[in-house]
Amino acid sequence: MAEIVLDHITKRYADGTVAVDDFDVRIADHEFVILVGPSGCGKSTTLNMIAGLEDITEGELRVDGRRMNEKAPRDRDMAMVFQSYALYPHMTVRENIAFPLKLAKMGREETQERVERAAGLLDLAPYLDRKPAALSGGQRQRVAMGRAIVRDPKAFLMDEPLSNLDAKLRVQMRTSISRLQKSLGTTTVYVTHDQTEAMTLGDRIVIMRAGLIQQIGPPQELYDHPRNLFVAGFIGSPSMNVVPARLEEGLLRTPIGDIPLRGRLGRAAEGPDVPRDVIAGIRPESFEDASLVHDAEEGGTFTGTVDLLESMGPEKLAYFTLDTGAVRSEHLSEAGGEEAGEECRLVAQLDPKSGARRGQPVRLWYDTQAVHLFHPKTGENLTER
Amino acid sequence: MNGAASGRASASRGASRAKGRALTEGQRAERRLGLWLCAPAAIIMVVVTGWPIVYSVLLSLQRYDLRFPEDKAWIGLSNYATVLSSEVWWNAFWVTLLITVVSVAIELVLGMLLAFAMYRAIVGRGLIRTVVLIPYGIVTVAAAYGWKYAWTPGTGWLAGLLPGGSAPLTERGPAIAIIILAEVWKTTPFMALLLMAGLAVVPEELLRAASVDGASLWQRFTRVTLPLMKPAILVALLFRTLDAFRIFDNIYVLTNGSQGTGSVSISAYHNLIGGLNLGIGSTMSVLILVTVAIIAVVFILGFGTAAPGSER
Repeated sequence: MAEIVLDHITKRYADGTVAVDDFDVRIADHEFVILVGPSGCGKSTTLNMIAGLEDITEGELRVDGRRMNEKAPRDRDMAMVFQSYALYPHMTVRENIAFPLKLAKMGREETQERVERAAGLLDLAPYLDRKPAALSGGQRQRVAMGRAIVRDPKAFLMDEPLSNLDAKLRVQMRTSISRLQKSLGTTTVYVTHDQTEAMTLGDRIVIMRAGLIQQIGPPQELYDHPRNLFVAGFIGSPSMNVVPARLEEGLLRTPIGDIPLRGRLGRAAEGPDVPRDVIAGIRPESFEDASLVHDAEEGGTFTGTVDLLESMGPEKLAYFTLDTGAVRSEHLSEAGGEEAGEECRLVAQLDPKSGARRGQPVRLWYDTQAVHLFHPKTGENLTER
Repeated sequence: MNGAASGRASASRGASRAKGRALTEGQRAERRLGLWLCAPAAIIMVVVTGWPIVYSVLLSLQRYDLRFPEDKAWIGLSNYATVLSSEVWWNAFWVTLLITVVSVAIELVLGMLLAFAMYRAIVGRGLIRTVVLIPYGIVTVAAAYGWKYAWTPGTGWLAGLLPGGSAPLTERGPAIAIIILAEVWKTTPFMALLLMAGLAVVPEELLRAASVDGASLWQRFTRVTLPLMKPAILVALLFRTLDAFRIFDNIYVLTNGSQGTGSVSISAYHNLIGGLNLGIGSTMSVLILVTVAIIAVVFILGFGTAAPGSER
């Protein structure tokens, strides 16, 4: 159990490439922190620096107030779970889990007891004498977890531990990791590129892009108040809709109708250095079938023809094509949303009672106060500053 | 349960029988083509290795000395009795075994170090690999003459380092040591190459996991790298042991087997070519073949338990 402080940490390689730039986060004891971002954003490098597998170029890593920069991985007392699980193929499950204890020269009886306890916690007891090759993917993943928890380390470091599992198992393991972390209370740093994992697992999320932290906060805060276009596009599935928009006197002109500049939109429009052409973002669930909305005061309406309708069960997703060009922004291309085509597309999440049909026009209502405005160049969220 | 299982078993047996019988025209043509493609290699093997082996077995069962051709006769296994009760043969056998064990052991350690150097080197990797491989690229006989002249008193630079009057190649112990040195120098690169291939199959992530788990450099080597390299090490040891047991050229050039430094191959050569005794020489060759086969079988039995990740 430990507090981990990453004090302005930078990783620069010999060829000058900066993988992580001025990473500054204080991870509290017992906290579950997620590092998330597209591939190459520096999240794994950050984790490796915490583990000691990579050197820190600048800044200081402190665990419980003690400087760790020069400590070898074995002296940091942290356990790591790798994407490939990194199980030792020549050892049985029991030997794999006991390996860190054996290296720590723990007595035979206590080792035995701890291995049994970890195995019980992870339902691995029947497989203790098998080799990893004879296990399924999910079982291997649990062995990797067992090897981590058996030592009772100061922190768990997890590098995409679920990405090699199939979708169903991933959801299952996600909840069991969450439950395990809560019951053990061990400080955990978890790296993933999957925003769903980030949203569901973490106490706090650190979103990274190109070595830079974009935003830090609890999942809901990142979702409701994205600081920039990248975060807005990365968090949430389906992604936030983005459309070109223009600020005029008291009005925001968008392809889905004119929105009066009141409340937070009004304040955003009056801010300094606000260009006239902006990007408007609105989440799919801010839409609803207009016929199902009774109190449609604070809202706009828009009529479009449904291109595609996906019935998800608890909701319906309706896809539209707007007669305007798609928003192009470097902040979006990396966010990993839908591949942007030539046309501007829109997704609306509707109540399953909606009568929307493919190929038929439907009138949609949307919450105008849920609209975000972004600076087209910097990507900054104008409604959140 | 039982019925279902046996039903399934008989069904699969039926399926495999059907598969064996009902070869389509295409499959038969493919099989025929396969046989034709293998045929040249198979025929050459039979002619150049199969027949000589059979012929030497036949010779070993005869009294056949080219100096007394009229005494030629089938004498069963008595050549084997002669050889196996001969002190000369057993001396050669133990010398060969000594050279084999000592040189392969040294090669394994040196080869492992070189393999690490070649695999891990960050700067000058190409240079290191080239330099390491030079001895392997030199013809053994040429290298052996180099060693011979170097150790010859008066002319050799290595002999010059020794106290005056010593001629190491004329004394049994030093001569065997020099033979081992020449052998190690020549074949360590081969060992290093095979071991480097083994190093490359150890996943980097396992070593990282081990270091996070608390393993020191040495523990990572002994507990992760070595066990995972076991198949590669066994292959390297097998190749080198078989080779070393048949050692001939280095000894032929350096001492020609004098002072009791001859290997079994040297003995066979002296009897067969020098002594013209085809019966005894062939017997020795067959015995060498048998020994080499035993070594190979022992190693291959070792492979079975070696593959990491195999269940038990």
